[in-house]
Amino acid sequence: MNIEQDRIARQFMEAIPHSKDLNMSLEKISKGVAIVSMPYDERLIGDVETGVLAGGAVSALMDTCCGAAVVSHPDNPGLTATLDLRIDYMRAATPGQTLRTRAECYHVTKSVAFVRAVATDEDEDRPVATASGAFTVSGGAS
Amino acid sequence: MNAPSQPETATDKQAVLKRLTENVPYVRYMGVQVEIKGDELTCVLPFEEKLIGNPLIRALHGGVTAAFLEITAHVGLTWHAVCNDQLDLSETKLSLPKTIDFSVDYLRTGLPRDAYARARVTRAGRRYASVNVEAWQDTRSRLFAQATGHFLMPNRT
Repeated sequence: MNIEQDRIARQFMEAIPHSKDLNMSLEKISKGVAIVSMPYDERLIGDVETGVLAGGAVSALMDTCCGAAVVSHPDNPGLTATLDLRIDYMRAATPGQTLRTRAECYHVTKSVAFVRAVATDEDEDRPVATASGAFTVSGGAS
Repeated sequence: MNAPSQPETATDKQAVLKRLTENVPYVRYMGVQVEIKGDELTCVLPFEEKLIGNPLIRALHGGVTAAFLEITAHVGLTWHAVCNDQLDLSETKLSLPKTIDFSVDYLRTGLPRDAYARARVTRAGRRYASVNVEAWQDTRSRLFAQATGHFLMPNRT
């Protein structure tokens, strides 16, 4: 059952137009944990002087990864939507480096899935950003 | 870039602000446009297929919504500083504020059509600022997302 759910979750995540457009790739998705990476892309620069990526691009990566964690959780049988997402920016991502996010869906009720995530670049000891959010659980009251 | 040396009129200010924001690659990638009437600034996100997050129900990607509101906060903060003459528009190396944290409430599904957002600066200090952002699609009073965030203002002389 889990393997089938992981496969469906992967299929769905890989069909997201915005995530595809940003060349995100799903490195891992299983049992409420997802790892998604996004290569450096000049289209996503937020600061022309330094070449640092825009915060919004980090948000898109965080939201995608958190959503992937939710749809792969055994207690959430279907799709999901973001209810709220908070992102804290610790430092600028180093220009030229791939961003990698790990999200964990750490609690699921009948209606809500709670998720936290960390984004890093090649220096994995110093987080670039962290996120925490609440997502819908399919079949739950909206 | 040939920035006017002393932008003084309201039109000059608008032109400089628009150039500042529309020169940012990510703002161009998202297609966000800036519209100013008097001192009121609205950001517009024209719909594109690449902004979709859920192809089954054709909803905007949650990350797109977050990014659109964050761009609006940056532009709104900068415009607030311009309107209060805190920013020297003849400075060629102007940069946008940096986000410390940003929290988005998703109130309704983002529909596959244009979206609009306005920022309200609740506090603008020399170093830190707090901003609220509201976003809607068809009806101004039916928000599809709102956000609040804290920002680090760029170094100013």
